[in-house]
Amino acid sequence: MDKNFLDQFLFVALPYVCLFTFFLMTVYRYRMQSFSYSSLSSQFLENKHHFWAVVPFHYGILVITAGHLIAFLIPRQILLWNSHPLRLYVLEIAALAFGLLTLIGLVGVIVRRFSNSKIRCVTTPTDWLLFGMLMLQTAGGIAVALFHPWGSSWFATNLAPYLWSIFKLNPDIMFVAAMPALVRFHIVFAFLTIGFFPFTRLVHVLVIPNPYLWRKPQVVRWYGRRPSVERNQR
Amino acid sequence: MNVRSQVSMVFHLDKCIGCHTCSIACKNVWTDRKGTEYMWWNNVETKPGTGYPTKWEDQEKYKGGWRTNGNGQLEIRSTGRARVVPNIFHNPHMPSLDDYYEPWTYDYQNLFNAPEGSDQPTAMPISRITGEELDIQSGPNWDDDLGGSPIYAANDPNLAGLTEQQRQQLGSVERLVFFYLPRICNHCLNPCCVASCPSGALYKRGEDGIVLIDQQRCRAWRSCVAACPYKKTYFNWFTGKSEKCILCFPRLETGQAPACFHSCVGRIRYLGVLLYDADRLEEVARLPDDRLVEGQRSLILDPFDPAVIAAAEKNGVPESVIDAAQRSPVYQFVMKWKIALPPHIEYRTLPMLFYVPPMSPVLANRENDTIHHATDNLFHEIDNARVPMKFLANLLGGGHEGVVRYALAKQMAVRWHRRAETVGDVDREAVERLLRAADCTADEADAIFKLTALCTFEDRFVIPPMCREQAIEMMKDPHEHRQEAGFGFVGGPRRGL
Repeated sequence: MDKNFLDQFLFVALPYVCLFTFFLMTVYRYRMQSFSYSSLSSQFLENKHHFWAVVPFHYGILVITAGHLIAFLIPRQILLWNSHPLRLYVLEIAALAFGLLTLIGLVGVIVRRFSNSKIRCVTTPTDWLLFGMLMLQTAGGIAVALFHPWGSSWFATNLAPYLWSIFKLNPDIMFVAAMPALVRFHIVFAFLTIGFFPFTRLVHVLVIPNPYLWRKPQVVRWYGRRPSVERNQR
Repeated sequence: MNVRSQVSMVFHLDKCIGCHTCSIACKNVWTDRKGTEYMWWNNVETKPGTGYPTKWEDQEKYKGGWRTNGNGQLEIRSTGRARVVPNIFHNPHMPSLDDYYEPWTYDYQNLFNAPEGSDQPTAMPISRITGEELDIQSGPNWDDDLGGSPIYAANDPNLAGLTEQQRQQLGSVERLVFFYLPRICNHCLNPCCVASCPSGALYKRGEDGIVLIDQQRCRAWRSCVAACPYKKTYFNWFTGKSEKCILCFPRLETGQAPACFHSCVGRIRYLGVLLYDADRLEEVARLPDDRLVEGQRSLILDPFDPAVIAAAEKNGVPESVIDAAQRSPVYQFVMKWKIALPPHIEYRTLPMLFYVPPMSPVLANRENDTIHHATDNLFHEIDNARVPMKFLANLLGGGHEGVVRYALAKQMAVRWHRRAETVGDVDREAVERLLRAADCTADEADAIFKLTALCTFEDRFVIPPMCREQAIEMMKDPHEHRQEAGFGFVGGPRRGL
């Protein structure tokens, strides 16, 4: 197949399809199937190994995702930070450490889900597919970090502009097309994961409980309360 | 004064026969779905015993309820604001299925399908979660009627503070004693489950105080399960949502008593409205342990006081609810007679379910095949009852015996008064002395007797009109929704992928 055509498909068409699916379906699911937005925790069924699998996985993946997002949002500042070798090493090592934490946690999650018969009952085919995708993506990301080091810098110079071009609806795949196969694989799989996101349990990350930090402890709901009374109350 | 109404409850433990009919009624109505098999929103425990989930009263283990910190401020023992981020991935105080029990059924099909053999086929127990064969280790009422007491009754957390002699007596033949403790959600005034929910899915209904979980907003962060010291919020492992007793609000709204109340064989349950001052909640919840019972009573307002009525009307409490509050049997037991007490008030959630403490067997001696009741020094019997006062105080008095002794003395006085009235073999003056010492009058004793023993359905359940029709009309025009699928869930609640 024509390489240019393939690149156009993988880095222009696919990202748009996946991003469109992501935004449309998360909103649709939230509005129509709000009940299904749940972390579907399995801690209740198995509480001994839960900690050692779930905690490293969550800290790992949250930091790694936040790192990608920051590099995408403020590439210039990242480059500035990396201008001192020592700071570059610190960033790279920290990123690799959290990547490994994610991988360890993910392996723990999969082993736990596979080995406990009760938890197998609450693991759907979608979950297994998702775990497979996350596994490939995490392992791929670590491989990129090992074989193509200083990713924080080349991401800022080469990939951040590509991602911005996608969001500016003016896709420019010049830099991406020149990337090594491992990196291209990581990018394509990232978009696939984003597209798959609204059909999985991952949606619970979108309903993280922010108001808890400032709301009053007690919640009271009134039905049909007259506004005049409401004013007297609060 | 911020007057609100609360549907409140009294369970008369002296009348409970431990038949579990309430549990079955609740089970059949609400928790026979997948994921809820292990839940008993209503359960009946034998005391002394470890209960369900096992040792739920041991807050060193479960970390439920509130505590006061160094500054006298209230904080949730399990997960507060500061700890919500680390604890949201793994809740360190979350009970697991092992603390309840693994629900099971029996493989009845094997009785029909087993191949021909030399033995009768059996229906093996199988797990209702995995469907695999199960070696049953325990169940929700495994210690019913003191079954296995050396491992269950002997580990009751309420035995704290009892002497070794008292503990031994509780388990010795011919002196052992037990009573039943039916439990549902207490629909607390200061609910810890609500305060702990990161999503804000749990809430207290303003009009009647029923505590509910919004199933659409619950995201399975599990904080409520850990926070409730009574362990009355449950995690549905299939839908990934927490669930709890809803006080049968669809029944209450149509004027019917909740299923467990309605079906109660011993007629131990009473339901009615209490008016309370919501402005003073936090102040009361912070009181030292020994003043909590009185503190909670001070929150509850006299529904006949004109000032209270005026404040209630100003606050939007309907006249019909005030009327129900004036006829409330719960007000009689809790406020007028003061013989109903909140369970474990030291958890500081201000529970609105009150228990009338049970009387132990009346002491008697036996001579020449006739049984003689002690007729002199009648009070003696309360402190020498088979259930030690300290045990009841740990359960119902926040560890302090005064309020429990008061309730028992008054019940004992009622018994002797009725004995004098109906049989007449007791010295009337001794009974008068007893009544006076118990802070009771003959009229009051008759009223207690009547509401305890001769109560009709209407006496026990004074359900206020909940005015839901008005509330709904204000939000939605029924005509707009004609021929549609109805309000609420469209398509039914389905587990997420």
